[in-house]
Amino acid sequence: MTQFLVLLIYGLSEGAILALAALGFVLIYKATGVINFAQGEFLLIGAYTFYTAFVIFQLPILIALLVGVVVAVVVGVLVERLILRPMVGQSHISIIMVTIGLAAVLSSIVQMFFGTQPRAMPNLFPTGSVEILNGSIPANRLWTLLVAAVVLTLLTVFFQKSKHGIAMRSVADDEQAAMTVGISVRRIFAMSWGLAAVSALIAGVLLADLTTVEMGIVNFGLLVFPVVILGGLDSVPGTIVGGLTIGLVTQFTAGYLDPGLAGVAPYIVLVLVLLVRPYGIFGEKRIERV
Amino acid sequence: MAMAAVETGRYHRSYASELRLWNTTPQRVRMIVLAVVLIVLPLVLDNYWMALVNTALIAAIGAIGLNVLVGFTGQISLGQGGFLAVGAFTSAILTDRAGVPAPLSIMGAVLLTAAVGMIFGLPALRLKGLYLAIATLASQTVIVFVVRRWDWLTEGEGFVDVMRLEVFGFSLSRANFDQQWYIILAVITILAALTATNLFRTGVGRSFMAIRDQDIAASAIGVNLTRAKITAFGVSNGFVGLAGALMAHYTEIISWERFTLDVSILYLAMIIVGGLGSVAGAIYGAIFITFLPVFSRMLADELGGVAPVLSDQLPAFEHAIFGLTIIIFLIFEPKGLNRIWQRIKEYFRFWPFRY
Repeated sequence: MTQFLVLLIYGLSEGAILALAALGFVLIYKATGVINFAQGEFLLIGAYTFYTAFVIFQLPILIALLVGVVVAVVVGVLVERLILRPMVGQSHISIIMVTIGLAAVLSSIVQMFFGTQPRAMPNLFPTGSVEILNGSIPANRLWTLLVAAVVLTLLTVFFQKSKHGIAMRSVADDEQAAMTVGISVRRIFAMSWGLAAVSALIAGVLLADLTTVEMGIVNFGLLVFPVVILGGLDSVPGTIVGGLTIGLVTQFTAGYLDPGLAGVAPYIVLVLVLLVRPYGIFGEKRIERV
Repeated sequence: MAMAAVETGRYHRSYASELRLWNTTPQRVRMIVLAVVLIVLPLVLDNYWMALVNTALIAAIGAIGLNVLVGFTGQISLGQGGFLAVGAFTSAILTDRAGVPAPLSIMGAVLLTAAVGMIFGLPALRLKGLYLAIATLASQTVIVFVVRRWDWLTEGEGFVDVMRLEVFGFSLSRANFDQQWYIILAVITILAALTATNLFRTGVGRSFMAIRDQDIAASAIGVNLTRAKITAFGVSNGFVGLAGALMAHYTEIISWERFTLDVSILYLAMIIVGGLGSVAGAIYGAIFITFLPVFSRMLADELGGVAPVLSDQLPAFEHAIFGLTIIIFLIFEPKGLNRIWQRIKEYFRFWPFRY
């Protein structure tokens, strides 16, 4: 029971981070139709920017976070403007490959500056542990869960209520119709990439706080794919459910079965989902015409 | 000689001439030039460069296979590394432990990889685009996991030591190792390229292209989508299995680290850079991507004085150049090296006019 509870909290906290990372991916896919294989690299850049501002330059945490947000938005917008805009109208394969190339460039830039040595970051959250039902739960996991939940809620509300969020959803729905009612599609594209980079930043910082600041953060980004397939590419609540599910699956597999299997378990779930529902659990089936 | 460079047009007076693979004098001249280059290569290059050429030839076979699937049939695959592993381990284990002669074990690897490819191709019947890409990513992860954890494969050592290649009782010598391998690989690559080229002159090959262009329209004109897609996965992975088996015998040691997702990406880069949907393009791309790290290293040495970080972080620098190459090609020449070569030929064909 105790182990179950610990694994549950570990799974949920990692799942919440995954959901944040996946949300950025879904945001870009919905608005611009781009499949972004560089999402893990955005996490990496976010974590390292925050590390640079907070640890190397010793800035206060809020200012460091602000620096991170600014850098993330700039990188996101630049990537959209310089790399993805010339690719509009190209095939799926080309767009996937261009983001793979982007991923290679981004991760190697980070590696050139910081090397491959993992770096420790002072804890952002209180470290003690909380006693629940005889199990001791590390407090920072709970804090991570809390922060991720707040950010996810804010983003959901942003999509549902705010003017920009509604504009983004309309572009995702039908670009031309959005244009005719006076929405600047270009600005929405740039905004999606910026916002995706910011949500990746938060995910990256939370992940770095739980583990260390290292190149391995990129691999966490690959788990975004099982999450979005599980949750369907069209829905924000689906992404959150998908993230939490994959987080739990990974932790329970590692805890009860075999830690080595934990890396593959999400993909096995993914294949099973695709066999039963090819467009994910929450995804809509698209009707195709010639 | 200018006449030999390009043709002015193509005319056919008989069916026999239309069916010919090379039907103009310039094409034949180019083939002869290519043959001469291939023969001269081992005489002028040292062992280091021969090893690179051999690696490029193996990569070319794998890239042709991937291009059959991605470039000609339009089914994206991120599972290349996994399928190479299937070919490599099959052939290695058959020769080393079952004592099967190498040519037979390589053939066995081709067949088994084709079969495994067909099984992992099943999701393609229902999925396309992003969903298919992710499904093949899953197959990559699952295959590498199996290879990594299945102790029987490596007898618990984590790697397989492959014995020196022996063909029909003739064992390769140590001194001329790379030269002898070059002859074998060059012949196999040419055969593979011819097979692939001819495949797309048959009905099966044409049905692959119809699926790429519009699958629903293809099924409306009578292409059996299920059969054609599964065949495409089988044929493609047959080539990949061949490349994997040759890789195992050539490098003489294999372990799972050689078959990660990065390898899949490397092969996708080859066909993107070379040209999607072109057999020649796959070969150009394989050569380009194999030699890219060598040239990045030279560049890093040149720039080392100005920016020492480049040579200190060489793997990162190579990786950055690799990523940049993909991006630049996709933005400025999405049809790849093959298209550049075609444009050069066109320039001379119309010369002295612009068009």
